[in-house]
Amino acid sequence: MVTETAAATDKIRCDACPVMCYIKPGAAGACDRYANHDGKLVRVDPHIILERTVEHGGRLVPFQATGDWDGKIVHQPDTFVTAIGAGTTYPDYKPAPFIVSSEVDGVDMVTVVTEGIFSYCGVKVKIDTDRYLGPEQATVRAQGEAVGHVTTSEYGSQMLSLGGVHHLTGGSKKEGRVTCDALMDLSNCKPVELSIDGGATVIVQAGQPPVVNGAREERMRVGCGSATIGMFAKQWHGKVDEVVVVDDHITGVLSEHQAGKLLDIADTGIKMKGRRSTPGRYFQVADPGTGWGGTNISDPLSILGPFDAKEARPGLTMLMVSTTGEHASYYVLDEALRPVQTEIPTPLQQSVERIQENCEPALCTVLFMAGAGGSLRAGVTDNPVRLTRSVKDALTRVTSGGAPVYVWPGGGITFMVDVTQMPAGAFGYVPTPALVAPIEFTLKLSDYAALGGHMDYVRPLSSLKDSSDIRPLPWSAKPGRRA
Amino acid sequence: MERKAGAAGMTRLPQIALLADGRRLHLQDGPIDLIIEARGREGDIREAYAAASRRFTGLLDELCAELPELRKAASPVQTPLKGVIARRMHAAVRPFAADCFITPMAAVAGSVAEEILGAMLGAASLDSAYVNNGGDIALHLGDGEQFTVGLMDRPDRNGALQTMVIRASDRARGIATSGRHGRSFSLGIADAVTVLARTASQADAAATIIANAVDLPGHAAVQRCRADSLQPDSDLGPRLVTREVGALSPAEVVAALDAGAVCARQWLGAGLIEAAALRLCGETMIVRTKDVRRRTNELHELAVA
Repeated sequence: MVTETAAATDKIRCDACPVMCYIKPGAAGACDRYANHDGKLVRVDPHIILERTVEHGGRLVPFQATGDWDGKIVHQPDTFVTAIGAGTTYPDYKPAPFIVSSEVDGVDMVTVVTEGIFSYCGVKVKIDTDRYLGPEQATVRAQGEAVGHVTTSEYGSQMLSLGGVHHLTGGSKKEGRVTCDALMDLSNCKPVELSIDGGATVIVQAGQPPVVNGAREERMRVGCGSATIGMFAKQWHGKVDEVVVVDDHITGVLSEHQAGKLLDIADTGIKMKGRRSTPGRYFQVADPGTGWGGTNISDPLSILGPFDAKEARPGLTMLMVSTTGEHASYYVLDEALRPVQTEIPTPLQQSVERIQENCEPALCTVLFMAGAGGSLRAGVTDNPVRLTRSVKDALTRVTSGGAPVYVWPGGGITFMVDVTQMPAGAFGYVPTPALVAPIEFTLKLSDYAALGGHMDYVRPLSSLKDSSDIRPLPWSAKPGRRA
Repeated sequence: MERKAGAAGMTRLPQIALLADGRRLHLQDGPIDLIIEARGREGDIREAYAAASRRFTGLLDELCAELPELRKAASPVQTPLKGVIARRMHAAVRPFAADCFITPMAAVAGSVAEEILGAMLGAASLDSAYVNNGGDIALHLGDGEQFTVGLMDRPDRNGALQTMVIRASDRARGIATSGRHGRSFSLGIADAVTVLARTASQADAAATIIANAVDLPGHAAVQRCRADSLQPDSDLGPRLVTREVGALSPAEVVAALDAGAVCARQWLGAGLIEAAALRLCGETMIVRTKDVRRRTNELHELAVA
């Protein structure tokens, strides 16, 4: 454990090891692992020696926030000691840096806090957009290096899977380093530019709208084109003869759609391109892209064939709108049954605005996912598998930087956590490359003893109050809005 | 200075781990990082690694117990040091102590490497082995074995500048590098001085001395400052250490390397080193038994042309 005592000169004495270096501000100790940063002893990249260059002690990896701290010491029971900055060793043969006990609801609870070094880790990114980002399985790149791939499309969103051990350690050195940087930045809620092979370039930042090919996405679509017809058919009834909701997935046509039929909306003689799925629902009206409704079109009329003269009539009105309401045009058929664009009547403009209103803000969400199945558990208990079982049995609560996690069923302790719920600067890295993330295990003291916990190292929370081992963090009030 | 207790009752133990390749052992404690590889029979390797780990545990505390004395200028005659590693450090720097300022700390890395290698060889019979302590390497070479050393100026890039092969029939069993970019400060301006010597501790001490000798005293392009202004408890105290080296003319580079080569040849003649490679501003000068060669890189030739 490292403590520091600020002297008048701001030099600090490091007691991480018996060398007891006396470190000046801005300098690192003999080990290059600990440094004096503005009078605070901070851990620099723990393995920097393997990679250090001429910049002597130049790189500080932010393991703890430097934000405003009101100077208060930890409070029980609201205080939750996080693992950020707790430090760790790899492999974790020795007790985790902090094993803290506190009393919650009369039950003596133990929280084991440590920072895990995860080479089996990555992020799952959900990008709320209907725009085409790239084909499934396409390689996702950062700075030209493969860092992940496009996975499934979800409702109104595109999923990316980034990182993982193969990109971190299975490829070239540069691929590993770039992957590690991208994962750390994404996990620390910083923006990262990603380019997708055969697709778009997107700037992803947890908790922020995606920027696709330079255009900031504002809204998620309200639903697919067909769903939009279903939701708004009544509001359009009597105000317009035909509505086409343009969508890359399913384009909806009011007059043909079940919702239109129920309202006795007459046929209009409209001819859609694309492949009809069921009445009023069309697949593949255009190619995917960043135009209307996630298609590649900028002129919506390009997805229509000529109107059928048997059913169409001059003066027939038609609204074409995208699934987000972002694009909308209004047409009236002329004598030759050709649609002529005119200004959208106010009631229809309101329906377009209603679509917009029902679209939620488009966001990028980043879930950090890692496996704590290995030696990290040994820092918690003498009998690692018992910790796994205890987590599975829900006797032990797992958190990451104090944020709730989802623990996957099955073997190991593989968890996911929303990075915007974690304190700023929670993630660091080692040049393995691998990410360093906080992880805490909280359980009843008796359960901890039963699973072979390092009872000798359990410290009451109150004992930490006077310890400079602890750097209380302000909780990020606005998730995803960090420096 | 008041010291606060660390985590109650927690014993500090070294990190002991096999590297990802499953072959090499990594030991780390405080500022000491060792990369170790033993070759031989599987059981012997296991024994050797176990012995290395045992010897390493507590080694730093042993050294630190005598740290104040280790940081003092070495006497060319005798030493009050007690510990086996501390005494080895002193023995390695003693031949230089009459002529110049040197502390036993100049040989700490090589001495630790030697100690661990010794523990391994005491526990098992190995074909070959090395203990690499941050670039200061102790070697064991059985009959017919050899060890290839690469000199690199940019570890973050691939490719060695040049390689040297140490054979079992050679006397060298220690390799060390010193220079102004290293972990400890240098009084000279060499980017790197790599020395082969009979033992790692001797190589370590000699590399320090020769790197200090690669110098252009009083040159305006060389920025120096007091060692203790950078590291308050540096063994170099108020001595001026090199911080920056600005532009030097090719002739100045050669002059600085020559100064180092004079020093290297002196210790070569005295039998304290086997060979040395001195590097400054892209120039390399090799000092060994038969000749002194200077390698000029193409860039430099272009610059001169």
